[in-house]
Amino acid sequence: MPPPGRSRELLVALFVLGIVLLTPPLLIVFNKATRVFGIPTLYLYLFATWLVLIALVAFAVGRQDTAEDLVDARAEARGGEPAQAEGRTDA
Amino acid sequence: MLSGPVVIAVALLYLCLLFAIAYYGDKRADQGRSLIAYPFVYALSIAVYCTSWTFYGSVGRAASTGVDFLPIYLGPTLTFILAWFVIRKIIRISKANRTTSIADFVASRYGKSLQLGALVTVIAVVGILPYISLQLKAISTSFSVLLHYPEIVMPPAPTSALFLQDTAFYVAVIMAVFAILFGTRHIDASERHEGMVAAIAFESVVKLVAFIAVGLFVTYGLYGGFGDIFARAEASGTLSRLFTINGVAAHTNWIALTVLAMGAIVVLPRQFQVLVVENVDERHLKKAMWLFPLYLLLINVFVLPIAFAGLLMFPQGGVDADTFVLAVPMAERQPMLALLAFIGGLSAATGMIIVETVALATMVCNDLVMPLLLRVGRLHLSERRDLAGMLLLIRRATIILVVLLGYAYVRLIGESYALVTIGLVSFAAAMQFVPAIVGGMYWKGATKAGAVAGLSGGFLMWIYTLLLPSFARSGWIGQGFVEDGPFALALLKPYALFGLEGLDPIAHATIWTMLANVGLFVGVSLISAQSIIERSQAVQFVDIFKRSTEAGRVWRARATIGDLRQLLVRFMGEGWTNAAFARFERESDRRLHDPGPADSDIVSYCERQLAGAIGAASARIMVASVLREEMHDVDEVVQILDEASQLVVYSRQLEQQSRELEAATSELRAANESLKELDKMKDDFVATVSHEVRTPLTSIRSFSEILRDNPELDPEQRQEFVGIIVQESERLSRLINDILDLAKMEAGRSEWSMADVAPKAAIEQALAASAGLFAKAPHITLETRIADDIPAIRVDADRLTQVIVNLVSNAVKFCAKDNGWIRLEAWQEAGFLRVDVKDNGCGIAEKDQERIFERFQQAADILTGKPQGTGLGLPICRQILHRFGGAIWVRSEPGNGATFSFRVPLAHTAADAGAVASEAAQ
Repeated sequence: MPPPGRSRELLVALFVLGIVLLTPPLLIVFNKATRVFGIPTLYLYLFATWLVLIALVAFAVGRQDTAEDLVDARAEARGGEPAQAEGRTDA
Repeated sequence: MLSGPVVIAVALLYLCLLFAIAYYGDKRADQGRSLIAYPFVYALSIAVYCTSWTFYGSVGRAASTGVDFLPIYLGPTLTFILAWFVIRKIIRISKANRTTSIADFVASRYGKSLQLGALVTVIAVVGILPYISLQLKAISTSFSVLLHYPEIVMPPAPTSALFLQDTAFYVAVIMAVFAILFGTRHIDASERHEGMVAAIAFESVVKLVAFIAVGLFVTYGLYGGFGDIFARAEASGTLSRLFTINGVAAHTNWIALTVLAMGAIVVLPRQFQVLVVENVDERHLKKAMWLFPLYLLLINVFVLPIAFAGLLMFPQGGVDADTFVLAVPMAERQPMLALLAFIGGLSAATGMIIVETVALATMVCNDLVMPLLLRVGRLHLSERRDLAGMLLLIRRATIILVVLLGYAYVRLIGESYALVTIGLVSFAAAMQFVPAIVGGMYWKGATKAGAVAGLSGGFLMWIYTLLLPSFARSGWIGQGFVEDGPFALALLKPYALFGLEGLDPIAHATIWTMLANVGLFVGVSLISAQSIIERSQAVQFVDIFKRSTEAGRVWRARATIGDLRQLLVRFMGEGWTNAAFARFERESDRRLHDPGPADSDIVSYCERQLAGAIGAASARIMVASVLREEMHDVDEVVQILDEASQLVVYSRQLEQQSRELEAATSELRAANESLKELDKMKDDFVATVSHEVRTPLTSIRSFSEILRDNPELDPEQRQEFVGIIVQESERLSRLINDILDLAKMEAGRSEWSMADVAPKAAIEQALAASAGLFAKAPHITLETRIADDIPAIRVDADRLTQVIVNLVSNAVKFCAKDNGWIRLEAWQEAGFLRVDVKDNGCGIAEKDQERIFERFQQAADILTGKPQGTGLGLPICRQILHRFGGAIWVRSEPGNGATFSFRVPLAHTAADAGAVASEAAQ
């Protein structure tokens, strides 16, 4: 469980992970004519990875909800600079 | 049961339902109770990505090459993981710039360039045509197939039929009408169509439900689940080849398709429309980031089962795999399911056509036609008050034109291609926007020239490697163009350019177009320069998150704290500025980061600081120049067109003004300094004069009082006192004379009788006048060494005498008490008369050597502590010599006497020098 406030890093890591998992050469590992649970290995691997990836994104974004709202609330209270927290990663 | 009229009636009913939803959506939007302001609706509207390509084409693709239909959906999933950074940035930029299309976005980034906007529009229209033709083809094919229920009959090649008998033509017309009804009912400044989005979201539900219904029926109705289908496919022998992807080409293709889809999900005109333009609240993106990929996953789960079921069901071929979604229920005698599948396919196609044509119409209208029309001065468009009707007309015409062109494409070219292949051609075209957009958002150095070069290069490469071969295939160009290359040059074969063989045409084209596009974009950007407006737009795009652009904020400045800091440094210097910022941080208890946006507090603080230096009005102008107020009023089309050039001129003027202000500031500061100095000198002068005058006055007064109060004083003493009074009176009058003399000279009011004078005679006369001095000091010897051959000088002889007497009397005063000597030398030196008066007195300390030429500044007399003389002699000498065009200075070492030297220009040069000096004196 990563500490709060790491949602951005988490998303970038998931993106890299997604690219690695869903493209060759790693795809070749599962590129077999066999079937697992009755389903061709490659099909099962792709759809399972896809689903897990979506779930992880939902998890990361769900956490971000709170983190982001916190940032916004603080900016409102101070009357400016909502962009400060964002500038850190988007720069 | 599924007769033509029934199918048509159901289809029209469905379209009417859509229209009702759109109408209701618009109405709710007008009332301020938006139907679409929910993340869920936003995610569903993005699913306009899934067209008939997905609905029919994926199954067709899966039936021929297996799982490689999937990268088209994995790519967007990957992009959406970064949506919070990338897409939100695009949304932010677009809202700040009021961007309404992808062409607008690119044009705006590269200096609001009309040329780029037009280029992007042309690429978009040409590139998207195949995609629209795909939808028309899918609808007309599915309609024809359904009509033959329960027979499975593939539609004949329509090339044999007149277009009036061609279903695709009527489909095209109906689609155009609906696109016009949905997208161009009225003109909205923000180009948002809430009703349309509501309808699109509804369509996304319909197509998902329809596809899953077919999938469930096939998987669990016809077969015993996923495992059963795949087991039978494996048992059939040949089909198990689809379980894997094989070969370098397949892997390259996988990567190319992933990359294409990653870009397409953002840069396809309709995706940009729903993702960015129709976005209600950027926070909706957070849920869409996983909802939309989840939608993609769901709509793809049953693609493989349906494909395998179709292949197992129609093993002898003869049924186009692109129609399996329809054909399988029909073969199983499921009319309602087949009708549902047809409606699902229809909704997938209509959604795409409506949004795509509306997006293209906006682009063609705003970025291509209107700028051209406004340029034609004869039309006086800029003076017309109501352009809305005209805008609507242009857009409606564009929609009809685009749909008909799509129809032409399907008639002439598309028939021989599978659905997915047609669509991928469009993806490859849309991909050309990616370098200019991504580069523009993250690289400030990307230039307009680079973007134009990249887009043009990539587009030309696309035409060569994808469009022309498709013409060849339809018979417009000889087949030899593809098989042997143009002019039989094998290196130029469009599917194997420069010998890159063995790849799928799409992967091949992706590689070459991206190489050309990115290469030219980066290369040309590196060697070309940005205009001022390009630069400011680049900074705004790249740094959008560093600036506060949230609506409703009181302060909407785009300046950063760094900008303000720079401004202050220019006027106040680095150290002072840092100190001021540190003070502000301390007082307001916050940290200032240079890239941070400048809020009203820091702005007014800086303005106050600056006002202290250059005045409030100038400070306001300077601060305002840095703040660059946000531009409003997009409706003023003409204004926008002129704005580019205006902005350039304006910023140049500002630069100029700020430079002038800087210069003026330093001049003012210098003038102020010298005024202060003069003021202080005046005070000193008055103080000194009164002191100097009071001293002799006091002694005169006290001796006079003694004489008055003591009548019995003996005559000798009385005589002595009277002598002192006379002496002091003389000193007083001398002092006053000197002061007046100097004041007159300084004011340029004294009278000068200039004449050519022989130096030797003049000096000797002056020495004679000071003979009395030596009579009083017999222990001092005077040596003179005056050259005989000195040419005449042009001076006032009396004044020259005054100078020499002054110097000699000074020398006498400060000469050594025993064995004192004074040496006066005069000679000619480089066009000047040079006179040195040297003594062997106590000398002058270095720190006093310049000071003694100022009024009342006498070298401290260590021996007596009492001032000798008035302290005005040397200042007067300096004034006189200045008037003559000469100079006076002293060289001395304490204890070794002093040498006072002056020089006066000889007569033939004195005229000019004198004139200069008199001018200077006035």
